[in-house]
Parts: sequence; structure tokens; C-alpha cells
Amino acid sequence: MSGANRIAGAGRLTPARTVRFTFDGDIYTGLEGDTLASALIANGVHLMGRSFKYHRPRGVLGAGAEEPNALMGIERDKARRQPNVRATVQEVFEGMKAVSQNRWPSLGFDVGAVNDLFSPFFAAGFYYKTFMWPKAAWQKLYEPVIRSAAGLGVSPDEADTDHYASRYVHCDVLVIGGGVSGLSAALAAARTGVSVIICDEQAHPGGALAYETGVAVNGEPGFDWAVETACALAAMDNVRVLTRTTAFGYYAQNFVGLAERVTDHLADPGPELPRERLWQVRAKKVILATGAIERHMVFANNDRPGIMLSSAARKYLNHYGVAVGTKIGIYTANDSAYETAFDLKRAGASVEAIVDCRDNPGEGLLSKAADLGIEVLTDHSVINTSGARRISAMTVKRNRGGGSRSVAVDALIMSAGWTPSVHMFSQSRGKVAWDAETERFLPGEYAQDCTSVGACNGTDELQASIDEAVAAGSEAAKATGGKRAAKPKLKGTGAGNWSGGMAGSTAGAGPDTTVKAFVDFQNDVTAKDIRLAVREGMHSIEHVKRFTTNGMASDQGKTSNIHGLAIAAEALGRDMPEVGLTTFRPPYTPVTFGSIVNHGRGKLFDPARKTPMHGWEEDHGAVFEDVGQWKRAWFYPRAGEDMHAAVNRECRTVREVAGLFDASTLGKIEVVGPDAAKFLDLMYTNGWQKLKPGRCKYGIMLREDGFIYDDGVVARIAEDRFHVTTTTGGAPRVLHHMEDYLQTEFPELDVWLTSTSEQWAVVAVQGPKAREIIAPLVEDIDLSNEAMPHMSAREGRICGVPTRLFRVSFTGEAGFEVNVPADYGRAVWEAIWARAEPLGACAYGTETMHVLRAEKGFIIVGQDTDGTVTPQDAGLSWAIAKAKPDFVGIRGLMRPDLVAEGRKQLVGLKTKNPKTVLEEGAQIVADPNQPVPMKMLGHVTSSYWSENCGHSIAMALIADGRAKTGETLYVPMPDRTIEVEVTGTVFFDEKGERVNG
Amino acid sequence: MLQIYCPYCKEERPELEFRHAGEAHIARPADMKSISDEEFEGYFFIRSNPKGIAFERWRHVHGCGRFFNAARDTVSDKFITTYEAGEPKPDAAELAAKSGEADK
Repeated sequence: MSGANRIAGAGRLTPARTVRFTFDGDIYTGLEGDTLASALIANGVHLMGRSFKYHRPRGVLGAGAEEPNALMGIERDKARRQPNVRATVQEVFEGMKAVSQNRWPSLGFDVGAVNDLFSPFFAAGFYYKTFMWPKAAWQKLYEPVIRSAAGLGVSPDEADTDHYASRYVHCDVLVIGGGVSGLSAALAAARTGVSVIICDEQAHPGGALAYETGVAVNGEPGFDWAVETACALAAMDNVRVLTRTTAFGYYAQNFVGLAERVTDHLADPGPELPRERLWQVRAKKVILATGAIERHMVFANNDRPGIMLSSAARKYLNHYGVAVGTKIGIYTANDSAYETAFDLKRAGASVEAIVDCRDNPGEGLLSKAADLGIEVLTDHSVINTSGARRISAMTVKRNRGGGSRSVAVDALIMSAGWTPSVHMFSQSRGKVAWDAETERFLPGEYAQDCTSVGACNGTDELQASIDEAVAAGSEAAKATGGKRAAKPKLKGTGAGNWSGGMAGSTAGAGPDTTVKAFVDFQNDVTAKDIRLAVREGMHSIEHVKRFTTNGMASDQGKTSNIHGLAIAAEALGRDMPEVGLTTFRPPYTPVTFGSIVNHGRGKLFDPARKTPMHGWEEDHGAVFEDVGQWKRAWFYPRAGEDMHAAVNRECRTVREVAGLFDASTLGKIEVVGPDAAKFLDLMYTNGWQKLKPGRCKYGIMLREDGFIYDDGVVARIAEDRFHVTTTTGGAPRVLHHMEDYLQTEFPELDVWLTSTSEQWAVVAVQGPKAREIIAPLVEDIDLSNEAMPHMSAREGRICGVPTRLFRVSFTGEAGFEVNVPADYGRAVWEAIWARAEPLGACAYGTETMHVLRAEKGFIIVGQDTDGTVTPQDAGLSWAIAKAKPDFVGIRGLMRPDLVAEGRKQLVGLKTKNPKTVLEEGAQIVADPNQPVPMKMLGHVTSSYWSENCGHSIAMALIADGRAKTGETLYVPMPDRTIEVEVTGTVFFDEKGERVNG
Repeated sequence: MLQIYCPYCKEERPELEFRHAGEAHIARPADMKSISDEEFEGYFFIRSNPKGIAFERWRHVHGCGRFFNAARDTVSDKFITTYEAGEPKPDAAELAAKSGEADK
């Protein structure tokens, strides 16, 4: 038995196909095709959640995506736990585990419900006003407590084991919505041969046809027609039908995001299936057939379990075969709720009364009700309800006064009318327009190539919707190159009347009352809260919304926005369009992070770049650091060594013997062509024309504003060929910068630029024994000091493979950088290592590289410079060619501020206590006893313990720093003040003799 | 994600293949060394930032690698036209009229 409230013969599910699932640990039986909501209601469960703020008992409001109340956790296993799933959307499957949220210790007895008793204290804006003082308590006390009490659901604490797929697709016509309008439009377009995608968020096509059982299309029951039409469309080669697929975002140029739920309804999805598939669709034409969403009535205590939308009750009955109650009350401002009452009555439920706040319901309804023996109370209102965990009675009163009476009910069905779903239209940046006659917002001015059809366009009548949709489908097909084809002839009959309705609070919940008449169920916003917001000065709907949080929950106000607007407008004494409608933003319904992140997680989150020597480095115990996307060997600890000990040993070894360093990550650009030197003259501050082939030069690149942009050694390989190196992180932007000037400012120069960063592996061999290590491996190159002095470059062979061998040094030691084609990198490294290790050399990482270069005062662009440092500031004036007529930055360097006195200059710092190592980034002052805020002279840019010097070393940018050489300055820290002496930037081998060794 | 027509590839390609590169039609002074502070300010710092038709440079960085120019309406975020670097600047008023027609 799949629930006591299942009506034999009603609905479309198959009684024999049962599934068992649990809700809060209790086992229930549902039917295949049930949603969690329909299965629970079938089993008599209406209490499905607790409200966000007041912890009031809540049941389902709707039967679809608009659901604000019935949010649950769905659990497959520990890792696959999804909070805040709408029970009205989630289909049941065998073995499913559902848990209620926002209650403790249980759904039936929830301690947090005291919030409801204290609700007079929790008015809108409560948090903003209450937790202002004392200021310090916010971080420590208020926020943690509020945060732990707030929020819905519990997120999983293990990594998601599901995988997610992603597809890009182009199509001629995208139809959003698979109801009668969407299907009609898709059919008309598909016949012409254009490519069509039609998507619908539900498991089945048909939209409202699932419950509007009186409708027939071409004489066939509407829902059957919908299913057949969807099948026929799916069978066409040019059509893709996507169910369980929500169009959640409408972006520029008809780019629409669709989230397809592939496995959420399956008991045992195979591991090959993605949980969700993200479709990124680029459509030439979009047809919006998104329908309309019913509004609830706003009256006192309108939120008890058992109170729901009319369309929802009708869907539970006509599609799922479930009666939402046995004694039913109806409260409506709209004709469509009558059909629900009639259907329920015919199915055997007792309809206690139809309470209609209007005088005159639509034609024929009263007599039809009378025929069925249903009492209709026109010009009446429901002014209150009672019942603890489910509604037990409604209080009914005549609008023009008189006494009230209580009617016992176990379900209350309501309808305040229909709100056209203009979400996607509005997301497309179209402007909605207020239709005064029908009192609703409709698509107005379009911003993109799309059309709205059917209920979302305010077309209430069935045949008119079909005609409009067929016309839109044909039109879109014609515009995108469709062949001539006969328009489908579709005749719709038997639809009820959906027009009419009201917005705002009803009798008994007006401005003179203090009752809790809920507008936004999910955020617990009442009519009273909105009026309070207006009284407190929020006059724009955007302010009202933020102050009350109306419409800001995960349902994005699908049922509440119009009511909220109407109540605010009434309080302000203005028309609704004057108060304005809040902006609709993606996503239409919540989209999982999994779907968005998709394949881009774990190792695929960001590519890891590894040098050819990476495997060797791993094998030799390197600890790696991330430098941009590169994994670089940071240091090579030996047994018992911490980082400090390893770096100290590496630093010593390089200066005493030699070291091997993987410099492959350096950016490299090959600059080739007859005008190559001329081009580099413009790109760098240095002069290049006179550099002889076979020689290297340290180059500084500026931006046009005169600040240092990049640096690196450039080798002239031939008259027309330069091997440019850049900083590791700078390679792409330097190439972009060079290309920019070459293409757009100096296109007359005959030069080609090629990125070669990954074509060369680079082994830096540095130290007194560098030459001895590589000499036996090198062919065709004379390595002697005379033949190959510091800053020279040669082409030849090493270990039998081609090399560009540079005699360069970033350590101050004599050294070589061996460039070999990347594929030979590891082999050459290993060959050099085989020579180096017996001689006592070591492999060293980036930390040692940093220390050694700092000992020599070599800057690192981006560490010792920050985009506001000129060559002069950095002590590199010598690198600016004086005679050049032009280079990028030449004019910037002449700007008044750049030549002014008192600029920050790069200097060295020695701590008075040689053991103290400064913190990088620490501020420097002249007088540590001055009042706070102190005048800061500059900051520490690089700081290390130097094992070779026997004391700490640091570099700093200090105002007028070079003139302060020898002076004592101070570095105030939270716990102490450090005394420092300003020095030159070179700490080791000041004369620079070792590079020539 | 926008689609941008590369005037060199002669194809509409997704935005992620491109990189924006600032305002277009700002020529680097040939006599850079001798321009005044005011001229340098005008060249390097001052940008038009219009509401309406903006002329801007783009680079098909993950495609052909070429820099080109585009006219884009900053109100509708629509590209009106793209054209090769070095081509003359189109007339903004004509483009605005064209953009208005395209909307209809």
C-alpha cells in the first residue's frame, strides 16, 4: 500500500510499482514517479519542515520548483548528502533517505520553536539593530551564535564522489518550458528542419496539463498529447528533448545555462552516469514558455501544514493520485481554485466550503458547485486557522462584517491568482511592463532575440496560447533558415479560467492588524514586516526586500514577490509599478556547485606545470612550492633536516663547492628578425644594438609609466636572434606586452616573437666547481674564463645533445645555465648530477636561490618591486641607456613624481641583533616612540637568515633610503621593536670577484 | 559569455578566447621623449569611458594572437562591429544608429 491517501483510479502512477524510502528514519512506501512530497502526503505526512526564523511547522506549499517550505536533506551515503532539496521536485527511489531540516531534537518537537513565542522581538531588521553594541562582541559572540542557529540543512563533510558532465551546444531554436505552449512552439519549429532544443524542469512534459485534466488537444487528453508530442519530437534527428532540465540562467547573446539532473531520481545509478549535466546552449532564437506560478493568499496563520496552493493540490490528485485531505477548505480570489475543489469532490473528498473573497466568481462556477453540493461563501475571507502540526480548522468571516465561524478542515487550498514567470525574460535583460488591467508584470521591451508565449506572456486562454506558440515557433524557424512546412494544426479545448486574482494581504491581515500573515514562507517574512520596513523609511522595493529579506531565500520569491510589492505599495500609498519590481537574477532555482565546477576539480582545477626534471626532484626528496601554476623544488631536506637546516646547508654548499638548480620555469621568448635588436631597444631600457652575438645582458623592461615591469637576462645568439628570459610568472604577460607593441605601435619592424618557455629545460650549475662539473660533458665549447667570460653564451653540445650554454649567475658565483631541448632535460640533469655529487655539490631549491641572490642584492621583480618602483629606485640606473631616442617608459621616467626627491629606494638592512630575521612586509619607522599612527618610511621586501654571512640580511624600500645609509631605523612589531641599520644591498662578495672565478 | 567576431579569423568565437586590451585609437606619440606632461597625461592616463559606443582593443589571444579593434555599446553590452588594427575609427553616431536598428 503506497499511502492511505492514495485514491484508487486517480492519477497516472502504477499502483504495483512501489518504492520504499525513509523520512527521518521511518520507512514509507511510495510509487515510482512520486515526488518525495506526493509520497509523504499519500502517507498522511504533512509536517515536512520547520521554518527558517520562527521554526514554525511547515508542510508543502506547492508541487514544483516554487516550493519554499518542504526543503530536505537527501542522503545516498556519507559523501553524497544534499541539503535543501525541494521535496516537490525530488523523485523517490528505492532506498532513498530523506531527513528534515532546521529542527532539534526532532521535527515534531523543536526547541527552536521558542523563536515563534519571542517573535515580537525578531521583527524585520532585528539583527541590524540589536547586535550593534558592544562592537567587540560581534566577532566573538553574536556572529558565531547567530551563524550556528541560522541556515538550513547541513552540508556534507566529505568530498562529493559523484561526477558531473558538461556540454556546449549550438542550436537554432531553444524552447524553455515543455507545457502546452512550449511543445506547440517546438513542434512548429521542428517541422521546418531547424535544430531545436526543448527543455523542461519536470520529469514529464506537459506542465499544467498534468493537473488540468479537463483540457484536450485535438480531442485527446492534454497530458497524453503532451507525452506523445514530446516522444515524437525526441524521435526527430533535429530535436533534443531534455526533461529534468532547468534553464537556470539567461546570459548575453542568447547564451542559456541548463542543468540536467541525470541520476537524482535513480536508485542505483551506474558509475558511468554523471549526476548532472551542465548544458551551455547558444541559441539563435529562444522561445520562453515558462508558464505561470500560482500565488498563495496572505492571511493570518496561512502557513500551517495542510495549507497549500490550489494547483498543487490538483496535481497531487490528478497526477499522483493523492488526496491532500479528507475535509477540504478552499480560499480563493481566482476561478482556477474551483476546478481543484470540483476534482477533489469528485474523487471522494469532502469540500467543506469554497471561501471566495470576491462578490462574483466566474460564470457558471456557482451553479456547478451547487450541483456538486459544495457550499460557496462569496465575499468572505479566511481570517485565521488553527491546528498544531497540521491545520484543523479555518475561521471564516463575511467581508462586510458580522460574526465569524470556524470550519473544521484538514487541508486548506488557496489561490490568489497567477504570476507569469518572467524570470528568464528578465534575466535576458528584457524590461517587464505593468499591465494595469490584469494587475501583473508582463514581458515588455526585449533585449535579446527571444519571444515569450503562453502563460508567461500573460496569455490566459488555451487556444490563444497555442496559436501564439505555433506562430512563434514558425517565425523563429523561418528566421533561422527553416524550410517551408505546414504549421501544426492544434485545437485546445476544455481549459478552466485562470484570469483574476489579487495581490497583497486579505481581510483580517490588513494594516491595522498584527497577525502573522506570511508573504515569504522560506524567510519567514510577514505582511506586518513589510509594513514595518516602509514605516522605517524603506521606500524602494529593493530596500524593502533587503530589510525584510522578502524574496531573498533560495526560492527567490517565486510566490512572494508580487504580494510583498503590493503590501509595500499599499503602505506607501503608491501604485505597484511605481514601487518597482526587484531584479531577477540567475539561477532560477538553486544549481549545485558540482554542476558549475564540473570537471574542474581536484587535479583538473588548475593545471599543474612540471619541469622535465620534476620526477628526479621527487625521487630526491624535494619539497615543492607553487609558483603560479609551476611546481618548483623548494628545498631538498636530508634525513633529520628541517627547512632551515636544509637551506643553510644548500647555501653553504653552493658557495663552497657548487649546486644544481632547476631553472626551467624561467620564461623564454625567442626574438628573431632583421629588426630584433631595434625592437629590444624599444622594449628594454638597455641598449642592444652593440651587444655582440655570443654575449648576454641583464635587461629591464618598463611599462609606459616608467615603473619596472619585468627583468631577465637576454642572450644574443646571432645578429638577428635573441634568447630572452623573463621572470617565471611574467612570461605570458611579457609576451603579450611585446606582441602589443610589435603589432600595434611598431608594425614596421620585421620581428617574430615565439614563446619557448617549455621548449628549453634549464640546469643552473653554480659555484666554484661549476666548470669542473660540466667540462667533461661539453663538446665544441671552450669553457675557459678567457674564451667564455661571465655573461657570454655559446651554442654547442652537452652529453651529445644541442645546448645553448650561458655563463650567467644569479648567485654571485661562477656558473652556467645549461639550456637543452626539454625532452633531454632530465637526462642531462642526471648526467651533470653524476659529476656533481661525487665532488660534494648539492641540488638546491628556490629558497636557497632566493637567499643567495639576496646576499648579492639581486632583485626579484614583484617581491622587491611592486609596480611603483623605477630603475632608479631599485638602484639600477646603470641599466638605462642614455642615448636612446625612445623606449617604452622613457617619458614615464621623466614624470615629476618619478624624478622628485624623497622617493622610496631599495636598500639593505642589517638587524642590530644579527640573529633576528625581519618579517617581510614589516613597516619601518625613524622613531619608535612617536604616537600612533606612526610615520612609516617604507617596508621590508626580502628577508632571510644568511648562513654564508653569519647574520640576517634584508632588503627594504625606504623613503630617501640611500641617503640614510648607516643610520639606525626601527621595525615595530606587535611584541617588540627591532633596531636595524641601513646598508647597501650587497652583503656578500661586495666586489663581485667570484663570478669571474 | 559574449561571442566576438575576430576580423582576422573571420569567425565568431567565444569570449574566453579573447583578452581585452584597453581603449582603441590612442596612438603612441612618435616624439615620446619630448612631449609635455599634459600630453603624456592625455596619452597614458585619460580614457573616455563613454556611456554608449566605446572603441576598444581586443586580442584573440587564444586564437590567432592578433590585436584588433571593436566598437561596443556599453549600455547594451553589444558589439556593434570589430575591425583590423590600423583601420580608421568608424563614426560613432553612425554606429549608434546601426545599433539601434539592430535592436529592433
